[in-house]
Amino acid sequence: MHAQAPALRDPRLNHPEPFTPPLGDGGFFQRDRSMHPPAHAPGYKSSVLRSPRQALLSLENSDSEITGPVFGHNDLGALDNDLIRNYAKDGDPVGERIIVHGRVLDETGRGVPNTLVEFWQANAGGRYRHKKDTCLAPIDPNFGGCGRALTDDTGYYYFRTVKPGPYPWRNYVNSWRPAHIHFSVFGSGFAQRLITQMYFEGDPLIPVCPILTTIPDKDALERLVAPLDLNASAPFDSLAYRFDIVLRGQRSTYFENRTAGN
Amino acid sequence: MPQPLNYLKETASQTAGPYVHIGLIPAMAGFDIFEKNFSNVLVTPNTQGERITLEGKVIDGSGTPLRDVLLEIWQANAAGRYNHSADRSTGALDEEFRGWGRAGSDFESGLVTFETIKPGAIIDKTGRKGAPHINVWIVARGINIGLNTRLYFSDEEAANAADPVLNLIEQPVRRSTLIAKRSECAGKIVYSFTINLQGPEETVFFDV
Repeated sequence: MHAQAPALRDPRLNHPEPFTPPLGDGGFFQRDRSMHPPAHAPGYKSSVLRSPRQALLSLENSDSEITGPVFGHNDLGALDNDLIRNYAKDGDPVGERIIVHGRVLDETGRGVPNTLVEFWQANAGGRYRHKKDTCLAPIDPNFGGCGRALTDDTGYYYFRTVKPGPYPWRNYVNSWRPAHIHFSVFGSGFAQRLITQMYFEGDPLIPVCPILTTIPDKDALERLVAPLDLNASAPFDSLAYRFDIVLRGQRSTYFENRTAGN
Repeated sequence: MPQPLNYLKETASQTAGPYVHIGLIPAMAGFDIFEKNFSNVLVTPNTQGERITLEGKVIDGSGTPLRDVLLEIWQANAAGRYNHSADRSTGALDEEFRGWGRAGSDFESGLVTFETIKPGAIIDKTGRKGAPHINVWIVARGINIGLNTRLYFSDEEAANAADPVLNLIEQPVRRSTLIAKRSECAGKIVYSFTINLQGPEETVFFDV
């Protein structure tokens, strides 16, 4: 805790009392749930039995919600953000080599520094390294399919991988997921916790995916589609895709001498 | 025209899917990749506080346990303080307690367990004392946006009765869905919970 900042005086008043703006509480901006997929989205069949029927109870944020776990470089290994090498046994994985990079921001546009970003995906043929995946495409002996990174002081993260393939799944008889990478992001408070999926520019499976189209807001859906970023590619090595992630913004805690918000 | 407020929009949520373990608990997916893994054990030998086991299931609208669900918990230490710079309480920090853990349900039984400590009571910003509780976040196939709930403790009746969040729940009968039941089993303190996603005894979920 640093020293108390001096209170502002309203210069219009020749009065000894300081001018004190209303106290913010450091809570997060209310989540706009009209932009997120609804819990009950029957086109994605497994949501039917797994969605609450009662309304959510809205909660003003207390310390329980504005705080959250803190991670450091001690939690990570040197190859954690390199999926080309972090499971390599006797060579590189097969597939299109890509760099995925971007910033984790909050709704006010500030970078979210030192936050944990985790990602997982299928291999180039659309097969997951998971004991429950029985899809026909083979496992790649040199590809695990997961990684993680801490954002830097500006909220920037990056990792290297191969582009995942689409895969079939049991929803309708002929449902295929677009190529995608799953993302898990923490932010600074537990109420910012988010899991989402990144898709790739130009994929024709995007508009027919029963999971992706649970998102009612067209713009929100398009923000999950990462554009090709030729400027960030590594010539004769890897193409690049850019994926920025926005977490909830936070109200200021005026004159409370806390790091939250401003 | 007024000037537009140029806030960004939050990134939309998507389901964690059935293979969430690959990224978040690779050992459950069936392979080992990271030097250090996150787990459902929140305590070290030096953590302060009463050791407890949380043990429960997440149940779908047909009464069937989810066997591919992933839970994370976030809680204060034994002195009621969160290990985070934004905590405003006066309780002492415990360097040996991060306060966070994650667990996948067993692929056969659906059972989810955590090894942790019982958190202390939380003093909110107005000075009101909140009952000890654990914040829970639930993701799985079929869950489009993570569900937030809380676990309270059955042996904290007086504190629970005065808790400002439990008292926000209009129907007293629904408050009981958040109370984990204490028992002792082979010298271990176990709190059992059931999270019902849907139906007559549906758990209270929060828009935090």
